Amino acid sequence: MIKEIREPLIFEISEAGKRAVELPALDVPEKKDLLAGVPLRRELEGFPEVSETEVTRHFTRLSQKNYCVDLGIYPLGSCTMKYNPKVNERLSGLPDFAASHPLASEDLVQGSLEVLKRLETYLCEIAGMDAFTLHPAAGAHGELTGMMLIRAALEARGGARKYVLIPDSAHGTNPSSAHICGYSVKEVKSNEKGTIDIEALEAAMTDEVAALMVTNPNTLGVFESDICRVAEIVHAKGGLVYMDGANMNALTGIVRPGDMGIDVLHINLHKTFSTPHGGGGPGSGPVGVKKELVPYLPVPVIGEKGGRFVLDFDRPATIGRVRSYFGNFSVIVRALCYILTLGPKGVREIAEFAVLNANYIRKSLEGEYHLKYTTPSMHECVFSDKIQKEFGVTNLDIAKRLIDYGFHPPTMSFPLIVHGALMIEPTETESRRDLDLFIDAMKAIAREAKENPEILHSAPHVAYVSRLDEVTAAKFPVLRWEKKP
Amino acid sequence: MYPNDFRYTKEHEWIKVAGDEALVGITDFAQHQLGDIIYVELPPVGKELAVRQSISVVESVKSVSDVYAPISGQVVAVNGELAQTADLVNKDPHGKGWIVRLKIKDKKEIDGLLTAGDYEKFLEGLEH
Amino acid sequence: MSYLSLSDKDKKEMLAAVGVGSTDDLFCCIPDAVRLKRELKLPAAQSELELVRTIEAIGRKNAYSRHLSFLGGGAYEHFIPTVVDYLSSRGEFVTPYTPYQPEVSQGTLQVVFEFQTLVCQLTGLDIANASLYEGATATAEAVLMAQRITTRNKVLLARTLHPQYREVVRTYIKNLGLEAVDVPYGPDGRVDKDSLGRALDEKTAAVVFQSPNFFGVVEDVQALSDAAHGRKALSVAIVAEAVSLGLLEASGRLGADIVTGEGQSLGIPVSFGGPYLGFIACKKEFLRQMPGRIVGQTVDKEGRRGFVLTLSTREQHIRRERATSNICTNQGLCALRAAIFMESLGKQGLREMAWQNAQKAAYAADRLGAVSGVKRKFSGPVFNEFVVELAKPWPAVDAGLRGKGLIGGYGLEPAYPELKDCALVCVTEMKTKDQIDRLAQALQEVLS
Repeated sequence: MIKEIREPLIFEISEAGKRAVELPALDVPEKKDLLAGVPLRRELEGFPEVSETEVTRHFTRLSQKNYCVDLGIYPLGSCTMKYNPKVNERLSGLPDFAASHPLASEDLVQGSLEVLKRLETYLCEIAGMDAFTLHPAAGAHGELTGMMLIRAALEARGGARKYVLIPDSAHGTNPSSAHICGYSVKEVKSNEKGTIDIEALEAAMTDEVAALMVTNPNTLGVFESDICRVAEIVHAKGGLVYMDGANMNALTGIVRPGDMGIDVLHINLHKTFSTPHGGGGPGSGPVGVKKELVPYLPVPVIGEKGGRFVLDFDRPATIGRVRSYFGNFSVIVRALCYILTLGPKGVREIAEFAVLNANYIRKSLEGEYHLKYTTPSMHECVFSDKIQKEFGVTNLDIAKRLIDYGFHPPTMSFPLIVHGALMIEPTETESRRDLDLFIDAMKAIAREAKENPEILHSAPHVAYVSRLDEVTAAKFPVLRWEKKP
Repeated sequence: MYPNDFRYTKEHEWIKVAGDEALVGITDFAQHQLGDIIYVELPPVGKELAVRQSISVVESVKSVSDVYAPISGQVVAVNGELAQTADLVNKDPHGKGWIVRLKIKDKKEIDGLLTAGDYEKFLEGLEH
Repeated sequence: MSYLSLSDKDKKEMLAAVGVGSTDDLFCCIPDAVRLKRELKLPAAQSELELVRTIEAIGRKNAYSRHLSFLGGGAYEHFIPTVVDYLSSRGEFVTPYTPYQPEVSQGTLQVVFEFQTLVCQLTGLDIANASLYEGATATAEAVLMAQRITTRNKVLLARTLHPQYREVVRTYIKNLGLEAVDVPYGPDGRVDKDSLGRALDEKTAAVVFQSPNFFGVVEDVQALSDAAHGRKALSVAIVAEAVSLGLLEASGRLGADIVTGEGQSLGIPVSFGGPYLGFIACKKEFLRQMPGRIVGQTVDKEGRRGFVLTLSTREQHIRRERATSNICTNQGLCALRAAIFMESLGKQGLREMAWQNAQKAAYAADRLGAVSGVKRKFSGPVFNEFVVELAKPWPAVDAGLRGKGLIGGYGLEPAYPELKDCALVCVTEMKTKDQIDRLAQALQEVLS
């Protein structure tokens, strides 16, 4: 890694007259007075001017300032940072796919439509649902779509209702998504096992409640063992159960949400199905539904007619479009590739290995770090900094010190019900050697917390930048480069 | 620490009564909990508030916290200085860091609030 | 299987370390009654070579790529310099998460900071975010933002705004008490200003229009913005063809308060509609109402420049149900591609690309307009798309052209019933003069 070079902003190395790309000369007669009367810009003020060499070195150097899955274990809990297979990258960009236009008539894009239909079918089987839509661009977008479907179904039954119940262990997007659907949120407390408190749920579940949004396994990495009872309680009062499937990685081939009373769920292709996170997207958040909700799916729905794939717009009860075109297609190709590569046994092994790896880490670090909930862990385990706090060390210090050992830190901001959380999710693709290296680093840090806490407070020591001043960033926002006057 | 002529709430607001009006802010304990305050969202002058209705949102780098009206009343002034220097709430929470001035609707509501002694006891309870 | 890295020996030893007898025991907390007792019905596992064959065979079923196509309408085929693919496929960009840990994410963060700067420069506005999903949802986010800023509940949507964008706005606002009203277009293919004047009232939060609009026509941004401001509504300009920004005056300098839309044209393949790149820029005073992630500049403990995600109290993970949006991720990798694309073309290149688009579209409009049975539908100035009205039914013309290996345009009747036998033709820098001539020739043959 080149640490010494402080990479300037591209704007700071720009020099008039340079460019990295030449276009062919214009081959049609040029009309000098074209667009007369339309306000045109004299120049793209501030736009950079650099050579191809400079662009390449700029981005290569910047890339080296990132940690990534290709480099090592990335144990961010709830984010499922697994290995991203390289062949999937290549196949998602095949010219036949990359060029295919979303407004082309169906018969010209049968291949692209087959990709969509196949993934829908496989996801239905894996999740035990009756239909899937691949439109949503991300998990949160899936939640929004799912909640719109619930609202539409309840309106058809006679009333949309007012409230959505959300456990205190849920992802932050859940309340926000419910809100955009016009619902008010009521929180349901967890019990001492870290699962939904059945009595609290029974008390909260009235005929004004539209749905329960449940994450299973939840953000503590704990399976909601009473899930069938939970679904019964909600259904008995005429509500529907939404499952945030962000943690589906723990369940594939083991249990299907559709078999445990879930009416609607979203799955994150960028988590469970190995599509890369790309430094923050693009993701994909397909939504699966039970039969009752099928009529409301966003348009267009992919249909089949006489052995051909067709786009079905004739859906009078649809919630409408949730985005342009059909979804994040090239992400969908990658997920399809993952499933085809794994096959039925491999898809089950996703969950088996993910859960084994998480429990191996849990067992190895138990005692060194505090475990608030001792309920069995699924694909992730949640420690806290309670032991280290005695020495004035916080989860932030531990996280930053991990960077010195060459690892990405675990999740700290979630779940809200564990203070000082260290939420670790190894995923199924890690080798034992990588797990052991991580465990050793965590143990070493636990020792340092006792013996030399100062080294943790000042970590990271070997990164390109040390801890950054987030207060100044928020107080005096500088959100773009500007030319010095 | 906590002025004797103020009243307090369990949500860590303080109120200082002067005639028919009252200043409202958040306590020293609250500003400590929040850390560096970045921004204070202020209500429009003239807004009518019921008891426990949200007056303002105080933001630190990674948290937001509602400030609730300890009593009902109408907003007659807001602390405009906070727009530029929100950290006054950190530096002088019981003085220059006041948030709104209310016209008191019902003086009796004040009697229900905590005294400085009550509030300090309440805080002790929180720490255990 | 090649992505799972545990040997049988590892597995055995790890199970023993955990203290369970078998992998099944790991799932003891899942009630037996709901456990799946069979194998999933999925195709058998494929090796890499088999997978390549399978997927390539599916790809070949796309007859589209064997045609010469003039489709646009919100998804544009532009030249993508090799460096864009090369640099954006680096694992250090492809395989990290959202940059929550700034010390090990300075690459992604600086790229986004440059992207935000480029978007501000393109749109002529003060601030931009780290990106949104795509153009239609970005439009919906801008509408919700305008409602928060103005506390008004009606939005006017130009009928010349992409039909799918209008549909998405309606899906988003349906449950929020907002009303959307369509504003018709005139014979020049631009928003009809009289109708707009009548529709604007004291309840209007925003006038939302696209320029160049869905017909390819450049709107009078200043006049629309002035009209909106006259009623204290916001002017929201949508961009579906971002290359146009290289040539047309920035809407932010023509009165628009928010400029948002689709950045697919900037180095992102058409790829059957996604993933694309939503972008949004606005005036400084609306900063706290901006949805999505924002990167800011700061310093580390040694005083060195660095970048962080900032102003996150607007967002869902902190403000929960009162967040400015439920959006969580941006489109990091697409924003990266756009940044590499824009920085590679640079000041001159992007302008030249835009100029060539306008020139080639103008040439094509002239050539097609000269064919008997083809009429230009709208009189307004266009960028790289234009609408033609045909003397024969569009489905027949379309079929005829396809027989000659051409996709001549996008039939407008399904979205605009009044535009029977009209098609939207798009010409970018990717089309040569010969190819345009070929379309004119084919059209002549089909129409005669």
